Amino acid sequence: MRTLKFLLQKEFRQIFRDPSILRVIFIMPVIQLMILPWAADYEIKNIKLSVVDHDHSEYSRKLINKITASGYFELADYSNSYKQALHKVEHDEADLMLEIPTSFEKDVVKENKAKLFMALNAINGVKANLGGAYLRTIIQDYNQEIRLEWLQMPRMNIEPTIQITSSNWYNPLLNYKYFMVPGILVILLTMIGSNLAAINIVKEKEIGTIEQINVTPVKKYHFLLGKLVPFWILGMVVLTLGLFISWAVYGIIPLGSYLTIYAFAAVYLLTVLGLGLLISTYAGTQQQAMLISFFLMMIFILMGGLYTSIDSMPHWAQIITKFNPVSYFIDVMRMVVLKGSGFWDVRYHFIIMFTFATVFNGWAIWHYRKTS
Amino acid sequence: MQAVIKADKLSKHFGHFTAVNEISFEVAPGEIFGFLGANGAGKTTAMRMLCGLSIPTSGTATVAGFDVYKQTEEIKKNIGYMSQKFSLYEDLTVLENIRFYGGIYGLSDRDLQQKSETLITRLNLQNEAKKLVGSLPLGWKQKLSFSVAVLHEPKIVFLDEPTGGVDPVTRRQFWDLIYEVADRGITVFVTTHYMDEAEYCNRVSIMVDGSIEALDTPPKLKQQFSANSMDEVFYELARGAKRSE
Amino acid sequence: MKQFFSFVKKEFYHIWRDKRTMFILLGMPVVQIVIFGFALTNEVKNSQIAILDNAKDEASSTIITQLDASKYFEIRQNLHSYPEIEKAFEAGKIKMAIVFPQNFSEDLHHLNKAQIQLVADASDPNVANILTNYATAIIGDYQRRINTNNVLPYTIDTETRMLYNPQLKGAYNFVPGVMAMVLLLVCTMMTAITIVKEKEMGTMEIMLVSPMKPIMVIIAKAVPYLLLSIINIASILLLSVYVLEVPINGSIVLLVFESILFTLVSLSLGLLISTGAESQQTAMFISLVALFLPTVMLSGFMFPVENMPLPLRIISNIVPAKWYYSIVKSVMIKGLGLKVIWKETLILAGMMLFFLTLAIRKFKIRLA
Repeated sequence: MRTLKFLLQKEFRQIFRDPSILRVIFIMPVIQLMILPWAADYEIKNIKLSVVDHDHSEYSRKLINKITASGYFELADYSNSYKQALHKVEHDEADLMLEIPTSFEKDVVKENKAKLFMALNAINGVKANLGGAYLRTIIQDYNQEIRLEWLQMPRMNIEPTIQITSSNWYNPLLNYKYFMVPGILVILLTMIGSNLAAINIVKEKEIGTIEQINVTPVKKYHFLLGKLVPFWILGMVVLTLGLFISWAVYGIIPLGSYLTIYAFAAVYLLTVLGLGLLISTYAGTQQQAMLISFFLMMIFILMGGLYTSIDSMPHWAQIITKFNPVSYFIDVMRMVVLKGSGFWDVRYHFIIMFTFATVFNGWAIWHYRKTS
Repeated sequence: MQAVIKADKLSKHFGHFTAVNEISFEVAPGEIFGFLGANGAGKTTAMRMLCGLSIPTSGTATVAGFDVYKQTEEIKKNIGYMSQKFSLYEDLTVLENIRFYGGIYGLSDRDLQQKSETLITRLNLQNEAKKLVGSLPLGWKQKLSFSVAVLHEPKIVFLDEPTGGVDPVTRRQFWDLIYEVADRGITVFVTTHYMDEAEYCNRVSIMVDGSIEALDTPPKLKQQFSANSMDEVFYELARGAKRSE
Repeated sequence: MKQFFSFVKKEFYHIWRDKRTMFILLGMPVVQIVIFGFALTNEVKNSQIAILDNAKDEASSTIITQLDASKYFEIRQNLHSYPEIEKAFEAGKIKMAIVFPQNFSEDLHHLNKAQIQLVADASDPNVANILTNYATAIIGDYQRRINTNNVLPYTIDTETRMLYNPQLKGAYNFVPGVMAMVLLLVCTMMTAITIVKEKEMGTMEIMLVSPMKPIMVIIAKAVPYLLLSIINIASILLLSVYVLEVPINGSIVLLVFESILFTLVSLSLGLLISTGAESQQTAMFISLVALFLPTVMLSGFMFPVENMPLPLRIISNIVPAKWYYSIVKSVMIKGLGLKVIWKETLILAGMMLFFLTLAIRKFKIRLA
């Protein structure tokens, strides 16, 4: 125990002696947490529309008015040239173009059938799909209005209609920040923890001080514990800072208990740090350690279920996410913060995370050799 | 008296390369044992095996009575080590380094307090005690490294080229420190390039291409090779070496 | 010039000797492009839903069959009472519950009016929103189908064409984004770290006392990484075309040229970081931890830039990946030429000059 005390003292001194790293560890997450969540809005709105109106009729004008009044669309361009509209799409100045043929009004009234032509920039498939659906709904509504103008009211009510009411539980206003802020906090915590730990032992290898430690009677697990504990404490401080910002800036207060979050974070940090230390024992240079840890982090973070839905991934990718600690923490955050889940609800997450922590740390201790 | 280091046909291979080839020797308690050899002769590898940092390929050896294969951790409790690479933390202060290394060897708070005071006074570092080690001149760092390596009063201290790159005056002071330590009964096992330093040792061994080619007191070696100085002895032996950097 | 090449050669030796690092550098982009190219998509599909069918009649079961048949939904559970919805949500797997009232069919056909309730787990608001839309569309289809019997007058038909990506593949959107991300991070980090490492080890001093200009020393360090990046660009493009099946519709020469330009921007950024960082650790923190999230979130491939509040839309302009992402989309997928992307190209070139000038100036100050 006494040895551990001296190891800890030394690690803490070294951390606090390098203010540039310390600044990055504390300031960077704060800034990112204050800025980035505002960017996270998947909602499809402000779709830029380019209208090609060959008809210039009363009906076409009314249609365009109705579309722009819906709030989903923004009229980016109005012309009678298909080429110009396409040009707008090519330049990303329009997402969608609607072509109204020359005889639109005449066709509706006289022929009982008119045709509109719509083309969408479908590179972002989801946006195109939903944008198209919105526009079709508006056109159908408009169609209905025209019918009402020409036909008797009662006839229309004969058609059976299904009314759909939808409710959004846990986050009725679909506030993206409730979801994004805790998620980004998890990611920042992960990056800081794994990078700090991954570099640390290799750094002593590169400088040569590890040799001096190896020739002392210090036990392997004491040495690794001496590395782990300070970073673990730093991680908890960053978490606290992050939760404070979530509350102060975004007004996010977990429905569940802070205690559950802290308890899970405690185990989670052990996992992340253990993984970092493991990388560190394998890497020969700091550069290698950074590359490996960065490689894993990118996969963990992008496949953690925060940015894209895990259910939509192919089966093999879903299996990868089963081994992704980030996805478990994001899940726990979501459950505790928004659903108010308690310790019992996330018990499996705890068990899995605990297993990860044991495996990574045990492996690191096993692989770290004082004697070659 | 019982020898504190006993090596018998100790060897280390790296693949097909034989770094250390069946070396045998004994070192008595309190002795200053010089371990000489050209660059690449295998000195550091041999020393690392004795310190428990590297497991030998064959042969036997005991250090402070402990086996270098199985009892490496026991060995580590009884030795001090100062490596070629600088081994103190540059981003810790002088005092912090002393307390750290003393601490992990299990010194009590009172011992730490008292020993760090004596050490700092002895090295005249009163004004530097709170400065970062990285800011000290090399000679001071080396003296400090050495003093830290013997802080816990080990039975044996291993020094791997402790005076490399240091000016003659500081080297002289360094050897004063070594004598002080030897007077306290600590065995000193030292590798060096400097042949004048070899003269300060009680006995020296000279390694060539992984084997020990000569082992005796400096006067006897000079006599044996009918040389005027250790320099000539060394040159005589090392001339035939096949490996050198 | 001869001196310059001997420096470049030395850098190559460094990289070549460290096989492990080289392997990671060349292998990492490959693995990431493949994994992310397949796994990342903003599509929401195979979402597990629960059904609370109080009607169990013809209409409700037809709708349920249609929901299950679509690729968006997978019916996981049949519930029996309303409170069970909450339990299902809390267990975590169910994303949405669909509630049919009693006498659904009867209401629909006799009263011409029936209700369906969609309850979404909005703890992930994006999924909730999209699923609500999909379910609404499927139910709307059903309603239209039962109505087709009576042909209506005054009908407006809409013909829809999906430009550039008719199959609505997620990869078309994500591959350009992942390309931008991987190239930027790998190049920036490598240059920053390699220079700071020389500073840490003290070998930088030795090079600076050589008769070569300091600027050339720095550039010599970047050249091998530029070449490595060109290999990476090639492997990324090959994978995109042959494995992820994202076509190159525009000029491949232009695409490669723009990619090299983007790499140069990243290298210059790396140089700039290296002049400010004193340890490898700091360099790494700045080039990864500080760049990663802004690149992911502000370049437009995850979240549409036009949805962001004004200050963020302005900030997003300084993210180099945003411009490259837009270029790749235009050239690779839309098949357009320089005429359309000259502005983006100029901006990237400007960024490169800016980073480089700043780096050199800071470097000189350090020397003075």
